[in-house]
Amino acid sequence: MARAAAVLAGLATGPVDAQAPPRSGYEMMSRELQAMQRDDSLNPGMLWVLEGQALWARREGPVERACTDCHGATPADRLRGAAAAHPAWDALLARPVTLAERIAQCRIRHQGVAAPAAGGPALLALEAAVAHASRGLPMRPPDDARLEPWRARGQALWQQRLGQLDLSCAQCHDERAGGRLGGALIPPGNAAGYPTYRLEWQGLGPLQRRLRNCMTGVRAEPWAAGSDEMRSLEVYLAWRDRGLPVEAPAVRP
Amino acid sequence: MTRAIVTLPTRARQGEVIEIRALVAHPMETGHRPDSEGRVLPRNIIRRFSCRYDGQTVFSADLHAAIAANPVIVFHTVATVSGPLTCTWQGDGGFVHEHVATLQVV
Repeated sequence: MARAAAVLAGLATGPVDAQAPPRSGYEMMSRELQAMQRDDSLNPGMLWVLEGQALWARREGPVERACTDCHGATPADRLRGAAAAHPAWDALLARPVTLAERIAQCRIRHQGVAAPAAGGPALLALEAAVAHASRGLPMRPPDDARLEPWRARGQALWQQRLGQLDLSCAQCHDERAGGRLGGALIPPGNAAGYPTYRLEWQGLGPLQRRLRNCMTGVRAEPWAAGSDEMRSLEVYLAWRDRGLPVEAPAVRP
Repeated sequence: MTRAIVTLPTRARQGEVIEIRALVAHPMETGHRPDSEGRVLPRNIIRRFSCRYDGQTVFSADLHAAIAANPVIVFHTVATVSGPLTCTWQGDGGFVHEHVATLQVV
């Protein structure tokens, strides 16, 4: 009965997902790593969150405006839930924007910061702080018909075989999640924990860095940063993760 | 911008053993890795960590290459008097970062 209701709800809001409910890679990690992610005094991602919260109050650009002027004293004041609802449609650009792109656009439009300066380490720290404000909330990508073609394209890219190894994302992260590739665990491919602190990176990184990793892993040429392919894939991944709690900043091996 | 997160109880009873966790942002570059041009990156690691409390060094450690970036150090001390705990990280290239946390002993 509940299942039938879920299917009906799916029909009402969008395409039906035949797959099992999403699982988080968190469940598959060692207990030590889980403890590291849960405990803010051990999670190194919190260093970026802290920096982002400091940048939040810094006056920038020709208009000397800070994030606090519009969005409240901390990201949690008015932007709790924002990370769970991105990528979202941007009317001015007439395309979806990821959370990082939204923050960069905000800096360009409202602080008057130059476009290149709007990216970089400051943006990653701000993204970490804003994503952290949504921690624990379920992913709920916007129910927006304009996002639908992007989601469909992202899903097609997810299922498309790539590179010299001729593997699709779905072959590992849908069909073989929880299995092993060599010595490494194959994660289910969640986006809800980004930006994520990876021990392999020895640092915090955005979702697109992880996607690039996977593409070079299958010996494919990665799509450019900020390309429509990357954006479509992000739209699809947010939809695929709907219901999973935001974990940012997550810790992964 | 150097950042550190030092976690300890805000209040403790006199004589109580307290746990202190000190996490600092640092690349801990080993000095053995080449960059994308093939040049070996100069070593940039934290060499020494120390914590002063109640007029004495209650904990110190020498750090070496092959310790992960953004190292976390967890140690214990006995709460004696209310006052500051000063954590200091020193490293290559004149790196010094100090973080002062306050403990209230009741």
